[in-house]
Amino acid sequence: MQVAGIELPGRLWIGTGGLTSTRLVGEIVEAARPGLVTVSVRRTSDTGSGGLLDTLRGLGVRILPNTAGCLSAREAVLTAQLAREALETDWVKLEVVGDETSLMPDAVELLDAAETLVRQGFTVLPYTSADPVLARRLVDVGCAAVMPLGSPIGTGRGLDDPRAIEAVRAAVAVPVVLDAGIGTASDAALAMELGCDAVLAATAITRADRPAQMAAALRAAVGAGEMARRAGRIPRLTTARASSPMAGRVGT
Amino acid sequence: MRINLNGQPRFVEEGATLQDVLPSARGVAAALNGSVVPAASWESTPLSEDDAVELVTAHQGG
Repeated sequence: MQVAGIELPGRLWIGTGGLTSTRLVGEIVEAARPGLVTVSVRRTSDTGSGGLLDTLRGLGVRILPNTAGCLSAREAVLTAQLAREALETDWVKLEVVGDETSLMPDAVELLDAAETLVRQGFTVLPYTSADPVLARRLVDVGCAAVMPLGSPIGTGRGLDDPRAIEAVRAAVAVPVVLDAGIGTASDAALAMELGCDAVLAATAITRADRPAQMAAALRAAVGAGEMARRAGRIPRLTTARASSPMAGRVGT
Repeated sequence: MRINLNGQPRFVEEGATLQDVLPSARGVAAALNGSVVPAASWESTPLSEDDAVELVTAHQGG
């Protein structure tokens, strides 16, 4: 798949949030073979904290910084600018949440920040509510993809409203990446069957009992969902439709 | 004089620059009073009383 003209090596994207040890990154990346890997941008006091960045660079994966924790467009824009400087990428997963309890996107601040960052030359991938109208607005201001949430961050509930994800898919021509809420493989498969181009999972992997195994399962599920969507599923019917022929039955 | 580094007070000598309070530029970025200062400019960026300096790097995140 491509985002902003750049070919990405996979449709499973992974987040490093929730990692208990940087040592796990290698085996998770090997199992997931991710299209890209997200990181946050946080205060540091020393040069020894480059561990995660060095590890990811050593693995050769594309790094996507996020603006997690930002509550205003102003904070998100500064965080993105710092990320560009520190990580030498102008890609950003734009997160602007309305409060720290729901972690739901603040549509007004999000759109404002997206417009500002696009104008400053960033490739903006916004974390958004599963709302086709907002998704279209984000694309209108120049976002390179949209990342609707399946369910609130960290809940692992999967897709609360699959119809909303389908509506976002139908509303925009840019890549749609299911972000937030993935709990297990079937969630990822469903997202892909509904037409998403990729799935981002973080704590579904990092907080699983066996992270690398879950990464492998999600990778397989993303592949299966994508393949099934392209295969063209049969329609859902309200009544039964026999698959065996009626003609030639015994006793007729 | 006193500045603020990542939310903590820090005492620096008069005439100090951004370079004097920051470690190497590898994988980090700095902002002075809400504006990013590229690493190449740290040495030529003097600090003033009550300046707010932010120094960040990549951490785990989703």
